[in-house]
Amino acid sequence: MIARNDPVRKRVARELARPTMAASRVMPLLNVEDLRTYFHTRNGVVKAVDGVSFSVDKGETLGIVGESGSGKSVTCYSMMGLIPQPPGRIESGRAIFDGIDLLSCPTPVLRKIRGDRISMIFQDPMTSLNPYLRISDQLIEPLMTHNSDATKDWALGLAIDALNEVGIQDAAKRIHFYPHEFSGGMRQRVMIAMALITKPELLIADEPTTALDVTVQAQILELIKRLQHELGTAVIFITHDLGVVAGLCDRVQVMYAGRIMETAETEGVYKHPKHPYTKALQQSIPSLQPKGSELFTIPGMPPDLSRDIRGCPFAPRCTEAVERCHTEPILLKTVTDGHSSSCLRTQAGEILT
Amino acid sequence: MTEPAQTTAPENILELEDLKTHFPVYRGFIMKRQSGTVKAVDGVSLKVRRGEVLGLVGESGCGKSTLARTILQLVPTTSGTVILEGRNLGSFSSRELREARTGLQMIFQDPYASLNPRMTVFDTLAEPMIAHGRCTRSEATREVVQLMETVGLAPRYMRCYPHEFSGGQRQRIAVARALALKPSLIIADEPVSALDVSIQAQILNLLSELTREMNLSMIFIAHDLSVVKHISDRIAVMYLGKVVEIGEATSVIENPQHPYTRALVSAIPVPDPEIEHSRKRIVLPGDPPSPLNPPTGCSFHPRCQHANDGCTKTVPVLEKTTGSQEAACLRLGEF
Repeated sequence: MIARNDPVRKRVARELARPTMAASRVMPLLNVEDLRTYFHTRNGVVKAVDGVSFSVDKGETLGIVGESGSGKSVTCYSMMGLIPQPPGRIESGRAIFDGIDLLSCPTPVLRKIRGDRISMIFQDPMTSLNPYLRISDQLIEPLMTHNSDATKDWALGLAIDALNEVGIQDAAKRIHFYPHEFSGGMRQRVMIAMALITKPELLIADEPTTALDVTVQAQILELIKRLQHELGTAVIFITHDLGVVAGLCDRVQVMYAGRIMETAETEGVYKHPKHPYTKALQQSIPSLQPKGSELFTIPGMPPDLSRDIRGCPFAPRCTEAVERCHTEPILLKTVTDGHSSSCLRTQAGEILT
Repeated sequence: MTEPAQTTAPENILELEDLKTHFPVYRGFIMKRQSGTVKAVDGVSLKVRRGEVLGLVGESGCGKSTLARTILQLVPTTSGTVILEGRNLGSFSSRELREARTGLQMIFQDPYASLNPRMTVFDTLAEPMIAHGRCTRSEATREVVQLMETVGLAPRYMRCYPHEFSGGQRQRIAVARALALKPSLIIADEPVSALDVSIQAQILNLLSELTREMNLSMIFIAHDLSVVKHISDRIAVMYLGKVVEIGEATSVIENPQHPYTRALVSAIPVPDPEIEHSRKRIVLPGDPPSPLNPPTGCSFHPRCQHANDGCTKTVPVLEKTTGSQEAACLRLGEF
């Protein structure tokens, strides 16, 4: 996507030679520990993310699955410094990316990383592009911002290459179009080109295909897969669609009420779920059952996050819950090799083993 | 007024014949000239049997919602007829239409936008019944309680406003509103697309239970094939204003004949990593063409991997394939 002897590549090479990177080879690319993001509203404190720890390795694809309000987007927005403060506040936690804590580092440092080494794709391509600016201006912006010695012509050349790469034909002409001249799928391609133009080490994709048709979704997923393979970028893929995760992700993390319920290799989560919530989610997907059979439904509603939750947040809706699920605090623990669950009963070996 | 459809077989609740809805497109501001026509619905013939759920699928812009609006006579038809229970809706005066619409109700996609935020649940549900003289104001409470119980809402929330409910509960209110006049046909336009998986399952269960128990017919519009398959008896697939394939739900999904249906089926992500990694996905090139300037011949030919010269010239019509399944493709059975 980017020519051999361009400034970006040189800079990446320079940074690769730095000692911190040598040490980080054994460390994960991103390591999040005990992240808590609360929103202080008039109606109380909403604990949107409440003690989340996970890591992403180089080149790995991590899927974060959960229903709306489970804290999957807030987790990623917190790391990127995109939470409006106030009302939001990051109460505790660390997010170590290549030796730098994204949560506590000064803004100029975060700005250097954001949009360059970590980029993001958002759900709605209609609203995440600026309607007043040509695609060309929006595409070269990250390059111009992150390289002091960049020229506009050089950046434009790269931008055209990037558009070609994401499958937009006639890129040299179309790069001067405005966003409204593209269809939804095309706009999402432009977003992907923009996110990957700086060759980031980590791409955060927040429901990138939810607003698209299935046929276009298939195109975009193939595109992300191919580019990731070529660039070696690690991806955090946020979605509520268990089907999308199955084909794309190496590892899956299921979230509920701001906490991680279960995390494991994709195979493991689908074949042997270790949390009743994951199992219930899978059973409520209509895809495999024929007409007439009753769909499994999870009784009740997700909890109100502004109330204090004692015990497991899923306990009131869980069919397997016992007395202590409502009172004992939960903790994500390894159950079998590489498979962690926060279900007390699974941890005790009583169910789902 | 003539009643041409008196002879219609009574088992069909709705019949569409060569229905077309075209929208003129104008250019210029002062000197307005018609510069083209969007053929949103372009020759659709369908039958919905009594007590049947017909699923309608297709990409955005293929005319699914316009078809629904045309059936309800919310947009003027360009040509063709809509026959509801033997009566031609197109020939009705607005007064007759108002009466006829009581038998034909709609559920919309977004329960946040389709309910009036200033009306309580009671107002929302009682309004259609009182307006159509089905009950008096004093009887309304009893009727509303009954409706709320039917859709699984506790009647004590009768005086609450929409913002006090979650998305799934709001969709239940919308379902109750559609049921208030005891219609014979419900058109549900993407009723679960805006909901989470677990809530989606609840609404799907509710809808299939209601159609079964009340012998309701339903046209269920969605872009998610797996949802449609679950709830429908038959499925019609639309592409650019035309029905390209129609048949029994399971046979359309498991044995699709039209290349577009095949691509749609293969694009559904399956929540099983093994299947996902082993199967071959047909990725359609490009976007759906603009209905303003549709391709010649078969409108799917620019994206079809099996298209040949003939496909660029001849417009295919629906032909019987196996059983009751029909598909509109010139090269049926050749690949």
